Amino acid sequence: MRFPLKRLSACLALVPLLATAALPPYTPVTDARLKSPEAANWLMYRGNYAGWGYSPLDKINDKNVGKLTLAWSYTTGMTEGHQAPPIVNNGYMYVTTPNNQVIAFEAKTGRELWRYKKQIPEELQQLHPTNRGVALYKDKLYLATTDAMMVALDPVTGKELWKASVGDWKAGYYSTLAPLVANGKVMTGVSGGEYGVRGYVIALDAETGKEVWRTYTIPAPGEPGGDTWPGETYKHGGGSVWITGTYDPDTQLSYWGTGNAAPWMPDTRPGDNLYANSTIALDIDTGKLKGYHQYHWNDAWDWDEVSAPLLIDVERNGKKIKSLVHAGRNGYLWHLERTDGKINYVDAWPYVTQDVFTSLDPKTGRPTYDNSKKPGTGKTTHFCPSLWGGKDWFPEAYSPKTGMLYVPANNNLCSELTGEGVKYQKGDLYIGVALDNILTNVRLTEASQKHIGEVQAWNVGTKKNVWTHPYPEMNWGPLMATGGNLVFGGGTNDRMFRAFNATTGKMLWEFPASSGVTGVPSSFEVDGEQYIAVQSGWGVDAERMQGAFNAVMKHKTVVPQGGTVMVFKLAK
Amino acid sequence: MDPQTHSPFPAPDPQDLPDTPPCAGRREALKRGACACLGAAFAGSAAPAFADDAADQRPTKGDRLVVAGADGSPRPLTVADIKPGSKPVLAFPYDPAGKVVRDGSRFNKVLLVRLDPAGLDATTKARAADGVMAFSAVCTHQGCDVTEWVDADKAVMCFCHFSRFDPARGGQVVAGPAPRPLPALPLMVDRGQLAVAGPFTSSPGVKAVG
Repeated sequence: MRFPLKRLSACLALVPLLATAALPPYTPVTDARLKSPEAANWLMYRGNYAGWGYSPLDKINDKNVGKLTLAWSYTTGMTEGHQAPPIVNNGYMYVTTPNNQVIAFEAKTGRELWRYKKQIPEELQQLHPTNRGVALYKDKLYLATTDAMMVALDPVTGKELWKASVGDWKAGYYSTLAPLVANGKVMTGVSGGEYGVRGYVIALDAETGKEVWRTYTIPAPGEPGGDTWPGETYKHGGGSVWITGTYDPDTQLSYWGTGNAAPWMPDTRPGDNLYANSTIALDIDTGKLKGYHQYHWNDAWDWDEVSAPLLIDVERNGKKIKSLVHAGRNGYLWHLERTDGKINYVDAWPYVTQDVFTSLDPKTGRPTYDNSKKPGTGKTTHFCPSLWGGKDWFPEAYSPKTGMLYVPANNNLCSELTGEGVKYQKGDLYIGVALDNILTNVRLTEASQKHIGEVQAWNVGTKKNVWTHPYPEMNWGPLMATGGNLVFGGGTNDRMFRAFNATTGKMLWEFPASSGVTGVPSSFEVDGEQYIAVQSGWGVDAERMQGAFNAVMKHKTVVPQGGTVMVFKLAK
Repeated sequence: MDPQTHSPFPAPDPQDLPDTPPCAGRREALKRGACACLGAAFAGSAAPAFADDAADQRPTKGDRLVVAGADGSPRPLTVADIKPGSKPVLAFPYDPAGKVVRDGSRFNKVLLVRLDPAGLDATTKARAADGVMAFSAVCTHQGCDVTEWVDADKAVMCFCHFSRFDPARGGQVVAGPAPRPLPALPLMVDRGQLAVAGPFTSSPGVKAVG
């Protein structure tokens, strides 16, 4: 009996060892690593602080991508919009899902390490049950939640280390973005532009969760820009922040996009309504607003300009410009210059059908409007692009190899909105357009019978549209470019995830997922092998646009829901 | 690791709810047998355990109904205020004796719709007052307000994710992601006014089923 028992206990002791044998000890994510992320990892929302959505890895490339096959997949157990990138740090992968869940994997095998689910107040309403990913910093992992909390977890065990409130969920404040981390701070923003919030970016001490600074996107009377809001309107003026900011470590400025002004009808708040529909430059240590560019004043179209501008060095007329590039929801592609403070206008031009702007001021970029295209209380207005814009939240990508910007767009779409009076009530929708109008707002054009969604490739410096790949219906697919001369993206209601030749736009590979793919793709390498990772899981606003299409199109499309983490590699 | 984190909809842990009174999720707490104030007295099967604030209490028999967010002094609704086949009226229960609108909890918000009583199934008809029906206005999917009327389907709909419910058939789900019917609030007419005839038929909200 002695011998077998001893053998048995030796075997038992081996089990946990074997189970974790493949994973090295967790590598802390330092400021230095975030400034120069290794090619093998995907350490943050867009892969780097500049917001490129670019992986330098090139083992999977335009020559062999046809052999891409599923290495592993995993069902998240959630429906609704799965939008988060799989974030990878030396073999550890972290994915977030709707309902504030984080799942940790061994990146190579898909073995689950732990799962965390933030419990939420039972009275909470989730207009956007989604999440766009974790942030990693030093020995912690951060999650922003739909009950307006920031949670710090141990990335090895999933244990909750601290949580801190960042807003009043009862008043419609919530968070769905991946936090931004730098210089010992973890930064996040608040959604709620349809609940009449007053938006802000908030920075917490990454170690303790204590608030360091909070900068409102909507100034109060007496503050710079406060005179662009009449009376008390600033208190519920919107300007939500629901996409991760980009960051320039050289100037210590973070760049955040801001959402629509609230409520939707512009005559309720005559004025420019700073800093809604803008990019704002915030000092990362103090939160001080150092510069801004407002893409359109006195918003009337629900055109959130929340996706942060990409930091790119653009060559224009033989001169290199340290630039901010943003494909606006308002349908214009914006080329701005960043400095150690002010943001300067360089150029802008429409990349989809746009019938609202009649001209732009050549010095400031301030648009002049065709007033017949500007919605208002008590009138019905037709305008293009639709309220979901030329590009909604899903990010562009930039490849330093091709020098091109890749834009996931929706073209040839318009909206019709009728404004109506609305009264603010805490926690209730505060929109000023009837909900049945919003659900049926889309107006098709002759061109949209041919195609709507697009993947566009641009040379920003020369303003040249190098190639465009059309889709019959919508595109809600975040893009990723790679060093293998590839661009990856999903976003269509046929559930496909695709790879394009980054230089020519030729479609090289597609894979039918179990649901539509609105997740941010990422790429990483383990043991010398490159992987492509993305979540499928159709929902939230992509599903709303589908509902609006179903209301006006002859045919109806049902996109199945349910999240899956997919990780691809080359077949041997 | 806490096995509860594996549940797709785990019971809320009162300690995790800084803005919610402890034991607010009474049914869940009872199921888990872990509620510290199990002995707290309350009336009505779906009433919250913390009953000190009348505005937070679930609707009680005899309560009137008033328009949600209305200005001025509360005006109890009558059958005539609810127009057949039109957009639902959002309302809160109103305690006429204590003169308290029970708007302290979102779970007290109800939608009122009116249909021809001849078209209602027997159970629904028994809960209706002259064709006026009350259902929880909190969608059982993700907790948004159910506010819309889809005339073509004679259904009420939630804006957030398009769940549709059939008021003539007990609020059952007819389309969309909601997992269960809208809880019904039985009504009666008392002295010309719409009044609550009994508690919700099931717990309002997302997590508690039945």
